[in-house]
Amino acid sequence: MNNETEKDLDKINNELSEAQADEQSDQYLTFFMAGEEFGVDILAVQEIRGWEPITAIPNSPSQVLGFTNLRGTVAPIIDLRHCFGVESASYESSSVVIIMSVQSEKSEKIMGIVVDAVSDVYNFSKSNIQPSPELTQTKQAQYVKGLGSTKDKMVILLELTEQLIAESDVVADRQLSAG
Amino acid sequence: MSVDLSQFHQVFFEESYEGLDVMESALLNIDISEIDDETINEIFRAAHSIKGGSGTFGFKDIAEFTHVVETLLDLIRSDQFEMKADHVDLFLKSVDCIRTMINQLESGVSCDMEVADELKAAFNRLLDGEDAANGGSNQVDLNKTDESQDNQSNAEGWQIYFKPELDILRTGNDPVRMFRELSELGELSVIAVTDDIPSISDIDPEACYMAWNLTLFGSATEEQVNEVFEWVVDESELVITPLILQRDSIEEDQDTSASEDDAVSEHKTTIIPDDKDETVDKEVADEQQSPTKKIVAKKEVKTESASIRVGTDKIDDLINMVGELVITQSMLEELGKEFTIENLPKLMEGLAQLSMHTRELQENVMRIRMLPISFAFSRFPRLVHDMSKNLNKKVELELLGEQTELDKTVMERIGDPLVHLVRNSLDHGLELPEQRLAAGKDEMGKITLNAFHQGGNIIIQIIDDGAGLNKEKILSKAIDNGLVSASDHLSDDQINDLIFLPGFSTAEAVTDISGRGVGMDVVRRNIQELNGSVEVESTEGEGSVFTIRLPLTLAILDGQLISVGEQVYIFPLVSIVESIQTHDQMIHRVSGGCDVLRLRNEYIPIVKLWDVFNIKPKHETVEDGLLVIVEGDNIKIAVLVDDLLGQQQVVIKSIRENYRPVHGVSGATILGNGTVSLILDISGLIKLAGVGRDTYKKVSDTNDTEAA
Repeated sequence: MNNETEKDLDKINNELSEAQADEQSDQYLTFFMAGEEFGVDILAVQEIRGWEPITAIPNSPSQVLGFTNLRGTVAPIIDLRHCFGVESASYESSSVVIIMSVQSEKSEKIMGIVVDAVSDVYNFSKSNIQPSPELTQTKQAQYVKGLGSTKDKMVILLELTEQLIAESDVVADRQLSAG
Repeated sequence: MSVDLSQFHQVFFEESYEGLDVMESALLNIDISEIDDETINEIFRAAHSIKGGSGTFGFKDIAEFTHVVETLLDLIRSDQFEMKADHVDLFLKSVDCIRTMINQLESGVSCDMEVADELKAAFNRLLDGEDAANGGSNQVDLNKTDESQDNQSNAEGWQIYFKPELDILRTGNDPVRMFRELSELGELSVIAVTDDIPSISDIDPEACYMAWNLTLFGSATEEQVNEVFEWVVDESELVITPLILQRDSIEEDQDTSASEDDAVSEHKTTIIPDDKDETVDKEVADEQQSPTKKIVAKKEVKTESASIRVGTDKIDDLINMVGELVITQSMLEELGKEFTIENLPKLMEGLAQLSMHTRELQENVMRIRMLPISFAFSRFPRLVHDMSKNLNKKVELELLGEQTELDKTVMERIGDPLVHLVRNSLDHGLELPEQRLAAGKDEMGKITLNAFHQGGNIIIQIIDDGAGLNKEKILSKAIDNGLVSASDHLSDDQINDLIFLPGFSTAEAVTDISGRGVGMDVVRRNIQELNGSVEVESTEGEGSVFTIRLPLTLAILDGQLISVGEQVYIFPLVSIVESIQTHDQMIHRVSGGCDVLRLRNEYIPIVKLWDVFNIKPKHETVEDGLLVIVEGDNIKIAVLVDDLLGQQQVVIKSIRENYRPVHGVSGATILGNGTVSLILDISGLIKLAGVGRDTYKKVSDTNDTEAA
């Protein structure tokens, strides 16, 4: 990773902590993936990291890329593109990993999601968020909380669940990808 | 004084538990025919310090109860009371009772006094019985007991007779002030007794000739009343007796305690939804009397005890080692400042020192968590004592290797499975005295608990000299349950192993056959969760041996790093039998696609790691790679890997914490270069590759997968 992206990450991480300090309104961190802008609840975001090599998990569902070392904690990295049925991209140093805590049945699990780029932090009040009925049939529907609108654009707001690491029928074929 | 005593509560609880353990084991050691003074003293001392401690911390219920126990012990000690066998049981029950009360205090539930009151009444009867011998009828005694029992908790008020000494006023104590204080505790009526006042010519104006009869209504405790007179009690005549107004209140009290009881049991079921724990607990609880039942329930509520007692010598060692480490570090830093190539040998030396110190430090830190297994064994004398009585069996319990050290976490979690196995041996393994005599054995059955270290593992054996497993019945039961088919040929070991299958643990299976099988699958699963294994060997008519094998610690593992393609995996070193390079003649292809390695007349199935893990290897064929022969669940497999890398100790990280269990992988670790590496689970690999011993094995596979 070059110095500039590192600086950018620092800046965003700073903004992130500032935003987290101010809890009065619902804030969302937005990021880009395949040209679309998505948002996640900023309180669930732990940190933003650059892309690092990961360790493949044997017979994992194809959206789970592998494990990474998060300062001594082992956390899975999820390919959100795959979850949303978007065409997969190759990952390189410019990819960004958002480390999030995801509520699971018993506890919170820490996992990372790979996105193209982090964008901004927006405030959305409840009235600004609309449900998205037309999405209910698609693969990503289970993660979509609603659509948030700002003055000039629309953000897809996500609520990530443990479903991200659930067993799927498709098992990653790493014999092809890892070679 | 405003010292916050609550910070010492935990210490008190722990000390009390220790004291109770001392009492319990001493009680079990008592030889009724010849009572040893020292043993009684030991019990007395333990009871006394519990009483003292609970008094200090204001745990009135425990202090009062222990006081009664202590009083009787004191009489025994001074030979005024003769101890009999059923008294030992009474004391044991009271130990249980105190333990329950402390447990309840610890988890913040108010004490349930029902059992305590019952026992207290029994003790008081004994104490009064002693009085009765000195003259007094039985009837009176009973009333007395009732009364004194009521004293403790149900008084509606107090009748106080207070007659100070003449010079009380000279010491600055003013009765009026005391009465005012009393009146704050409740409604007070004061009647002065003026009988002793002399004629006016004889009066010393500074003396106090009066006495008072005070009646205090309200809920004040005896302690509070005593406190008022605290400064004058030595210089005056003070008689405090409780007022009993109506009996209704007592019943009311009992009602509340009963409903509390309900709450407790409700608590239990909600707290542990985990069914396997519950099964074990339930079975343990069902067999024992209610006080023990509550203990079991409470234990679940209590978080695993947070502190550990460590000997100062261990701490001193640590401090020494950290000192060494700091010295080495500063030496290396010095070297690094102006490093020239001439200093290279020095650097190497420093690094070697560093690694030595680190390893020593690590070992010592691990040792802090190690406790002798006697902590887990200590409960068994009591368990065997109680159960053998219930079952009318004569049993001798032998404990061996009590000083074998084991990680605290492992110890805490092995307790229940051990209880289960010992209970099984007692219940189903050992025969009744008549049967034993008929079979030509000693009437007294024997159960041995043995613990020892063996190559990085701790082995715990439960040995009984009972009837052994009845193979035919096990087999027919298994066939009935569809676990095996009648045409299968099973070895003796395989038949014995059947008792660990989940389908075998139904209630009928237990009672109908004289074999075993009560929740044995739960035992095995609990032990497997600790990365351990359990096996049974049995000779019909001679007894059975259950062998539990556990890792010394759950945190660190000696690993062998191997590579497949670009991935690095870790085999637990203990599971590796050998590693070999193969040639064609050694490999046999069996129909169905499974290759078998022939090694010294043994056929070992080959598992290709790249195949089961679905990754791309450097070498696909067996000839080009290396075979690592590993053993798990008594099955050997030869795992094909690309390369053997180094050996190192790895710190085990959970993958369940943020992910979920992965088949064939027991955990992960972080390598020196910061990447994550997966630790392989041999029995998981065997299942994943589907090379189990026999068809019956597969039944357990599917079940295990579901459980995981």
